[in-house]
Amino acid sequence: MASLILDSRRITQRTAFIFLGIATAITVSSVLFIIVYTIVKGSGALSWELLSQFPSKAGREGGILPTIVGTFYLMLGTLLFALPVGVMAGIYLTEYARDNWLTRLINLSIANLAGVPSIVFGLFGLGVFVLAFKFGLSLLAASLTLACQGLAMVITTSREAILAVPREYREGSLAIGVTKWQTVRHIVLPQASPGIITGAVLAISRAAGETAPILLTGAAFLLPALPKSPLDQFMALPYHLYTVAAHVPDMPKETMWGIALVLLIVVLSFDMLAATIRMKTRQRR
Amino acid sequence: MGINLDVPDISARPVQRCSTKIKAEKANLFYGTFQALRDITLDIPSCAITAIIGPSGCGKSSLLRIFNRMNDLIPGARVEGNVELDGIPIYDAKIDVADLRKRVGMVFQKPNPFPMSVFENVAYGPRRHGIKNRGQLEEIVEKSLRHAALWEEVKDKLGQSALALSGGQQQRLCIARVLAVEPEVILMDEPCSALDPVATLKIEDLMRDLSQDYTIIIVTHNMQQAARVSDMTAFIMMEPDRAGVLVEYGPTAQIFTNPKDKRTEDYITGRFG
Repeated sequence: MASLILDSRRITQRTAFIFLGIATAITVSSVLFIIVYTIVKGSGALSWELLSQFPSKAGREGGILPTIVGTFYLMLGTLLFALPVGVMAGIYLTEYARDNWLTRLINLSIANLAGVPSIVFGLFGLGVFVLAFKFGLSLLAASLTLACQGLAMVITTSREAILAVPREYREGSLAIGVTKWQTVRHIVLPQASPGIITGAVLAISRAAGETAPILLTGAAFLLPALPKSPLDQFMALPYHLYTVAAHVPDMPKETMWGIALVLLIVVLSFDMLAATIRMKTRQRR
Repeated sequence: MGINLDVPDISARPVQRCSTKIKAEKANLFYGTFQALRDITLDIPSCAITAIIGPSGCGKSSLLRIFNRMNDLIPGARVEGNVELDGIPIYDAKIDVADLRKRVGMVFQKPNPFPMSVFENVAYGPRRHGIKNRGQLEEIVEKSLRHAALWEEVKDKLGQSALALSGGQQQRLCIARVLAVEPEVILMDEPCSALDPVATLKIEDLMRDLSQDYTIIIVTHNMQQAARVSDMTAFIMMEPDRAGVLVEYGPTAQIFTNPKDKRTEDYITGRFG
């Protein structure tokens, strides 16, 4: 009898492991599939021409230089706005805000900010930055829109990084008459900076891949020149990919996959940068 | 030769009472609705070492942290009653807490050097207080490390990480870090509890040296340590509602050889705690 009970428990356990394993396999293989499929389909289109030239014939020929440049400008613009604001908000929420219902409400809203659909951010950017602030359809308006979306990530990771700084360090500093702000500035921030940078890099890598927020705030399909000022319109990789795939008849399939591969490389390399920073700092501790 | 049973030689140490440095009058400490300390009244003399002893959880550390307002960091903590430093009420609204803590430095239970070089650890305080001149900083660092009896051991590795030092060296570095901002009072919260006996003796020697120039208040759970180093001893105990009260306060020799309160006698003879 005893062995029978044991057997049935063993079967249950084995079944559970199998299902858990299948779920993991599905996750890993779908990611791998997307990457491998994109490489197989798109690597043939990768060429110096693609990376260095302007598109011609509505993107069917030529290259995608202005979309790559535009995407990097967007990432830079997003970083410029999201990093300082996000870090300052993170400091305020961890070091200065009292633990009351208002702070808890703010924290909850920040967590929910990440879940707001990106097209809603696009509409918000259109209404606020493009129209109300009169920035027009521009790099500035699109960067600000992406920054708003990225704030949640920057604030959340900054807060975690700041909270992870040992209390002993803060006490050691405060106990010799150093002010709270000096302690934040000279002890807490240097210690938290790898975590903060990781969050910022992840936020801009996500921004690089967004289509909906820039669709309504300044991305253009074809422009004759690179943007010269933050108030110019711009081209961007994901929006370009969307347009050539959906609206350009007779678009060469290989070029399309080539564009997808470039976008994937940009996004994944920033994700990997973030992972490397995190690993390096973990080793140091 | 008769056997002298009653008095160890600690009683021979004269209590030098220069003047009252810190004064607490009916000080009460609350964490929210919980009263942690009740009606603490004592005068702490300058140029002396005052030990705070008592069973675990009785509020020794809380009392220590009243003197540099470190309890302010705990949400819901508040102090009632009067606490003075050189006659100035430190809980007055006009008091700048950073200025107070510059005068009343603190060393913690667990050595907590910053993750920086030995030099930067000591220079940290002076830098924050506005000293930028490199030569002046070097002078302060050397003086502080010498004063903390650490200079000879670290003079060749000032640029190395402070985290590479031994526990005892780290604690002396933390003392040097406090000395560098030229405080008047040094609070020590069980500074030796994380250290081995040799390192402990070094810190105790250091405390005796420092007591020439500084007012030192030390919390210790180690009664031998209190007897060895301190001039004055305060014995704290919890009442049934878990609030700490000052049971007895006086010259160390008297507390350890001729306590007036039965509870003090029970505690120091090891009957509880």
